Amino acid sequence: MRVDTDLIECEDVLLFANAAMAATGQREFRDAGHEQQLSLDFLHRYIHGNYPDVYAAILALDINDHNAALIIRNVLREPRGGDGRLIAWRLTRMSPPRVYRLFQGLRRDGINNRRTRAIIRDWLATRPDLAFDAVKYRSGLKAAVRHAHVELTGELGDFLFAPRSRTRFETPILEAWRRAHYEKTVLYELPYTVAEGFAARHGISRATFLERITPRLTRLERLRMTESAGKDGVDTRADLAALPLVRLASYVLSLPAGERGAEHAAALRASAARSAGSRAGTWGSVTAVLDDSFSSYGSPVKRRRPLAVALACHYLLEALAGSYRGLWLSRRADPLLVRPAGPTPLGHRIIDALEQRPDRLVIVSDGWDNAPPGLAAEVLRVWRRRLDPARKVGIVHLNPVYDAERFEVRRLSPAVPTAGIRDAEDLPALVELAAFAEGRTGLDELRAYLEDRAARR
Amino acid sequence: MIDLAGLTTRPAQTWGSVRLVPLERSAPIEDLRLDAKIYGEEPSMVSLPDKTTYTAYIPHAFVASWTDDGTPAAAYGTQLGRPLRHMSVRTHRRSARRADKNRLRFLPLHLALEGFLALHFGGPTIAWEEWSHRAVAHGLSPRAEEAYSGAQISGLDDALRVFEIYPRQCGLLLYVGDTLASAFVVPHPEDYRALHPTLIRDLYGELIYEYALFYPAGDFPAVIDETKVSSLADLRREALGHEREWAGFHDSVMAGGLLDAPETVTEIYRLGRFTLRRFLPSFERRRENHIGEMITDEAGRTAYLKTFRLSEAQRRRGHLLSRLAEHDWNLRDTATALGTDEPALGLRLERAGFGYLLRQDVLDAYRKAGRR
Repeated sequence: MRVDTDLIECEDVLLFANAAMAATGQREFRDAGHEQQLSLDFLHRYIHGNYPDVYAAILALDINDHNAALIIRNVLREPRGGDGRLIAWRLTRMSPPRVYRLFQGLRRDGINNRRTRAIIRDWLATRPDLAFDAVKYRSGLKAAVRHAHVELTGELGDFLFAPRSRTRFETPILEAWRRAHYEKTVLYELPYTVAEGFAARHGISRATFLERITPRLTRLERLRMTESAGKDGVDTRADLAALPLVRLASYVLSLPAGERGAEHAAALRASAARSAGSRAGTWGSVTAVLDDSFSSYGSPVKRRRPLAVALACHYLLEALAGSYRGLWLSRRADPLLVRPAGPTPLGHRIIDALEQRPDRLVIVSDGWDNAPPGLAAEVLRVWRRRLDPARKVGIVHLNPVYDAERFEVRRLSPAVPTAGIRDAEDLPALVELAAFAEGRTGLDELRAYLEDRAARR
Repeated sequence: MIDLAGLTTRPAQTWGSVRLVPLERSAPIEDLRLDAKIYGEEPSMVSLPDKTTYTAYIPHAFVASWTDDGTPAAAYGTQLGRPLRHMSVRTHRRSARRADKNRLRFLPLHLALEGFLALHFGGPTIAWEEWSHRAVAHGLSPRAEEAYSGAQISGLDDALRVFEIYPRQCGLLLYVGDTLASAFVVPHPEDYRALHPTLIRDLYGELIYEYALFYPAGDFPAVIDETKVSSLADLRREALGHEREWAGFHDSVMAGGLLDAPETVTEIYRLGRFTLRRFLPSFERRRENHIGEMITDEAGRTAYLKTFRLSEAQRRRGHLLSRLAEHDWNLRDTATALGTDEPALGLRLERAGFGYLLRQDVLDAYRKAGRR
């Protein structure tokens, strides 16, 4: 009996971990945004209610920021439980706007215990330049400071709460913000998002503004504006190779097929090599089945995300493997030219992949196998039962889409572990976790793994 | 008979109660192309050659373009990328009308529906005393039928949205609650991609509307007998075998009723080597009764097909009218042929909505007889 409950608990936790890696509460190809949110919210409540300690420890895994923020919010709701240091560590890995949004959420929900205040205070103390935050994330910082009763030193307090009480500020960026209200030249010293508003107020033409603000742009802003600024004749000089892999893949896929060229392939390879790091070339022979069916379009809010994940995995696996082959469902040969179209004949492609007898087979797909339905599951089952009972070929399925109706990422077959994926960089860790799920291990091992991950951070 | 030669059935995709079966064409037809003209939301009037008028909500028309020498035809909109122009004129002359040299504009489904409505529209051919003065003088006018628009069918919009179109797909069979709702075939895959969204604006019978509310459709998942597999080649053979099995099952069992449906076929227009026809079913009981229109080539192979499944009440009306016409509108003969008596047939006519064709006193007598 003990073993049974253990197994159920272990499965619950893994199910949640997978969901927390893939789900973002946004609209997907087959689910509306509200369905995703409702389903995810239920899952959080269920795990938090039944396994409170594991729930908090999940933060140590590579779950995405959206779910990390939800977990932190739910854990902080109660005065006890959860590891404060783990939360603090997770916050440092999130982007500042998301952390400020989380703090605003805490304020809105009236979650204000001593631990919450300490966490907010500590996080603010780790910020390198609070004055910069005060300008760029003004309302967020204001809410956090007010909520956690933080004493601000010097003129920052005045800047946030009584900006007109001073005729000038000593800190350069605060002074620049004050002067930008009536002086055109100073606004280029401000962050882009803030300067944009001032530029509009001063009636500066878009081309001039972009030309002069370019040095101040962040890495992602450069990428985001490559196309729109290009129309105004401004080159934002995005350094493609320095970008995270999936982000870069998304950008490449947003270009018309004719404009995707060798420089994009090179950038993808460079980014993948950086992600692979010391593991490059250590995975032996790897074959991947990559989903470029119509459903990999995702939805208007996460455009081509599943396809971008597949493309990123293609380049990362190429870097990780000794010898690699990527099989796209559409049978397209050039990965740069993929586009989301056509059905999902996963079963046939898995047979193609297994014929090459790789050491590892990685399947990246949303799991809606429809040509014919259920063939992939049958192929994997028969393969495991009849053709490869010794499990010489390690098979893992990575799914970038959370299925709201089933409360999990859609599985292909019980014979093969499935893991949720959001960023291709997590792929090695996911394969580790998935292999762990395959062995039907008990809860103690899972807890040990979580603790180990928390200690390793 | 509908000949779907050249079209291969591919595995179905299900969503809720809707099952969509794609048809692939290995060799697309190049010298006949279709595109859609989208109309507005308002009802349209079509004046027909026999001086009658057909009024309906017509969301779009199709334009067929063809060449006489077999060279590829250009489909406006699907091939040249020309945006569809909204037309302001809502009165059409005829359901199928030449738009230009080698271009024919026709109203999809309405062409077939008009054929169904016009069935024995003239009324009694011999003025037997039972028929009312109105029936003899004006026939069945006005004759009306109702249908649901695709947007009203629950879940159809999502099913069509998430459907993954095959690269060489030229057709779709649409099942709701595993009842064939509509068949749609076009000559070329590009036409199909352009016309796929028009399915949501098409007409569907009452049966389909109700089935969509009640009957969820399940996938037919692939099953492989592992005892027959000892290598990957076996596995591949089994997988392909499963697909063939599905295609065979679908064509013979699921779509069997459609292929035999046409009973009366009328030629409408000749487009080079192609012919546009509409057809009516036999109106028999316990059979699928589809009306529709098709374009076939000289060998009878289907280039274009669109069907509408009649609901039970519509089938009954068609059945009664054809039987009456068969016996020159003689009530007694018809009743004998149907295995019933005159009052029962009269009451059946009334229940089918044709009470106005009978003289009031005759109908009253039938009612009285029916009560006894």
